[in-house]
Amino acid sequence: MTDHSEIDSVTGRATTGHEWDGIKELNTPLPRWWVICFYLTIVWSIGYWIVYPAWPLISSNTTGLFGYSSRADVAVELANLEKIRGDKMAALGAASLADIEKDPALLALARAKGKTVFGDNCAPCHGSGAAGAKGFPNLNDDDWLWGGTLDQIMQTIQFGARSGHAKTHEGQMLAFGKDGVLKPDEIVTVANYVRSLSGLSTRKGYDPAKGEKIFADNCVACHGDGGKGNQELGAPNLTDKIWLYGSDEATLIETISQGRAGVMPAWEGRLDPSTIKAMAVYVHSLGGGK
Amino acid sequence: MNKTVNPKDLTSDDDVGPLYAARKKVYPQSVQGTFRRIKWGLMAFCLGVYYFLPFVRWNRGLGAPSQAVLIDLPNSRFYFFFIELWPQEVYYFTGLLIVAAVALFLMNSVGGRIWCGYLCPQTVWTDLFYAVERLIEGDRRERMKKDASTDPMKLERISEIVLKHSIWLLIAWWTGGAWVLYFNDAPTLVKELVTFQAPMIAYVWIGILTATTYVLAGYMREQVCTYMCPWPRIQAALTDEWALNVTYRYDRGEKRTSVKKAAELRALGEQVGDCVDCYQCVAVCPTGIDIRNGPQLECIQCGLCIDACDNVMAKIGRQKRLIGYDNDINIQRRQEGKAPIYRIVRPRTIAYSAIIAAVGGIMIYVLATRTLLDINVLHDRNPVAIKLSDGSIRNAYTARLLNKSGHDRVIAIDIDGPANATIHVVGADSVTPDRPMIVIPRDSTSELRLLVTAPAESNPEKSIPVHFHVTDIGLGEAASTIDNFVAP
Ligand code: SF4
Ligand code: SF4
Repeated sequence: MTDHSEIDSVTGRATTGHEWDGIKELNTPLPRWWVICFYLTIVWSIGYWIVYPAWPLISSNTTGLFGYSSRADVAVELANLEKIRGDKMAALGAASLADIEKDPALLALARAKGKTVFGDNCAPCHGSGAAGAKGFPNLNDDDWLWGGTLDQIMQTIQFGARSGHAKTHEGQMLAFGKDGVLKPDEIVTVANYVRSLSGLSTRKGYDPAKGEKIFADNCVACHGDGGKGNQELGAPNLTDKIWLYGSDEATLIETISQGRAGVMPAWEGRLDPSTIKAMAVYVHSLGGGK
Repeated sequence: MNKTVNPKDLTSDDDVGPLYAARKKVYPQSVQGTFRRIKWGLMAFCLGVYYFLPFVRWNRGLGAPSQAVLIDLPNSRFYFFFIELWPQEVYYFTGLLIVAAVALFLMNSVGGRIWCGYLCPQTVWTDLFYAVERLIEGDRRERMKKDASTDPMKLERISEIVLKHSIWLLIAWWTGGAWVLYFNDAPTLVKELVTFQAPMIAYVWIGILTATTYVLAGYMREQVCTYMCPWPRIQAALTDEWALNVTYRYDRGEKRTSVKKAAELRALGEQVGDCVDCYQCVAVCPTGIDIRNGPQLECIQCGLCIDACDNVMAKIGRQKRLIGYDNDINIQRRQEGKAPIYRIVRPRTIAYSAIIAAVGGIMIYVLATRTLLDINVLHDRNPVAIKLSDGSIRNAYTARLLNKSGHDRVIAIDIDGPANATIHVVGADSVTPDRPMIVIPRDSTSELRLLVTAPAESNPEKSIPVHFHVTDIGLGEAASTIDNFVAP
């Protein structure tokens, strides 16, 4: 021992010689097993470094001795998951749309699967909660351009609308102004007539009889008598409270003058059939389905 | 000699002394007395509960486990006699942990480390292992002699050692075995274990617990309390001057000297104490300390030194409790010639008791009013509200229905919200007018999508509350919850 140490008179133990503000440090050696354990953890950690991928290199890392990698682990887990899901997805593919909705387990699976696929593929246009936006239908409500039954929804997802697919929905709103079919004042009149169909206010001095006539001559072919719409052609119901592009006069004038032709892509070929089925069930269960 | 070192001048070369010290083995001597009896009693009780509780049966009806205490991991259920807890109900465990922690504080403020000295598993098992050791190898002196002996091993000695370790391992193995029984039906698992049909994980756990019991109670012993357990440090911060700690009453004990010498000194009118310096208190101490040096971190306050000293005092005809449970204040007071005072009821203990009573009360209340049918509802955030073609407003909710009972239920869902609002359940099993019904299998949860629609004329201006009621059609048991209905 060096001359730094002394024996503490109270405890009779040696001090380390360290003293701060009159407080001296007793020399209390660690138990041997403790120190041994400590060294063992160091040895263990070195072993760990060598056995497992650890050291970062410039563009990769050391791979360890047993070729273990957490990425490979994840891949295996994912493969297992696919295998487990495979059977269930097969069951989904085999069941009819109506049966899926009646079976709680299949419904839950379809909704879960549909929700993720919807988020990946449909959310950019329809919104993550399928609430839609101007020009992009809200799928939670009960207003369907191309029909809201399970089969109709599925068909729309499969083939799209104006998508260029051979079986796609066709039909578009003509540009009555741009094409010179209607004169500007006629467009204003028929726009007001359309507003009156769903009980909205009309501009002062507007002539309802004239509006009805213009409508009958130009619009009934697609929107039907009284403007109730036609799902064959994707022509919206003009008497309800839901407007895809907006119900104010200016928007209606723009719609009638310029026409509308929103595109829904066809998902057949891009998503497998059982996934499309799951998505149809999901969209239908959002609540607006017929 | 007393040289001051400037911290700036310190280098590693200034460190002196050994880095580590070999353990000094403790050879506690057997002792008889009040506290030893209490310890035997508590040991028998604790071990009895631990080893045999899994075999207690509890009838919960068909299909449900009939084990009184069971942690059913695969099905995420916890059974405790008449209580069955689901994972959602972990707050009971939170409550239990709070009660346990505060109970520890309360014990500590009343009687110091009662937990350490009498109830801690480390103490209980170490005590048991010591008992085995003593039975086979003899008491303190014999053991010391045997360990120090340099004679070549005799057959007798070898068989002693083998016997001791076999019994230790047997106890350790039984300890590990009892552990896994809490996670599975005990009689079945025992049968599977002996026929080697049990799952691998059971054997692994038994192995781990056998090893830890054997090492901790057989070898580590007081080292666990001194070096590994954080409680001595925490306890030191929690204790106060009123807490009853095992104390050497040095006001009565000093100065220490033999009976004969004491009589001589007394005759001369000198001050001598009752302690005869016989070291009995040190000999019996399982942590190997001398309580006469004052309160120490190592002391687990097991009270064995009290028994040892009491026996000595009885023999020499002096008053007992030269070492006893006492508080800091009384040492002071007795020195000043005042009567000792003890105070168990004081703000601290009242506060701890109040917390225990409050948390315990809340838990009992929640348990007593807990239903076997429950509903949780979450309002859809995106979109919050939907306008329908006829102008009515719809809100969508995700509901979780819990059927904690042992039978399937037919549940009707009703709402109480905006005027004339209707409810639709996606995938409902049947619908009588405006009353969707759904079947929930026993012991399970169902996630449902609820759509609440309010007609245009009753559209609320702002968000208004909507109550969801679920009713078991058969039994009439009901539950409800509340959320909001909002207009866009
Ligand atoms: S000093 Fe006394 S109370 Fe403390 S551990 Fe030793 S025997 Fe037990
Ligand atoms: S047992 Fe009692 S008398 Fe003996 S040394 Fe300890 S305190 Fe003193």
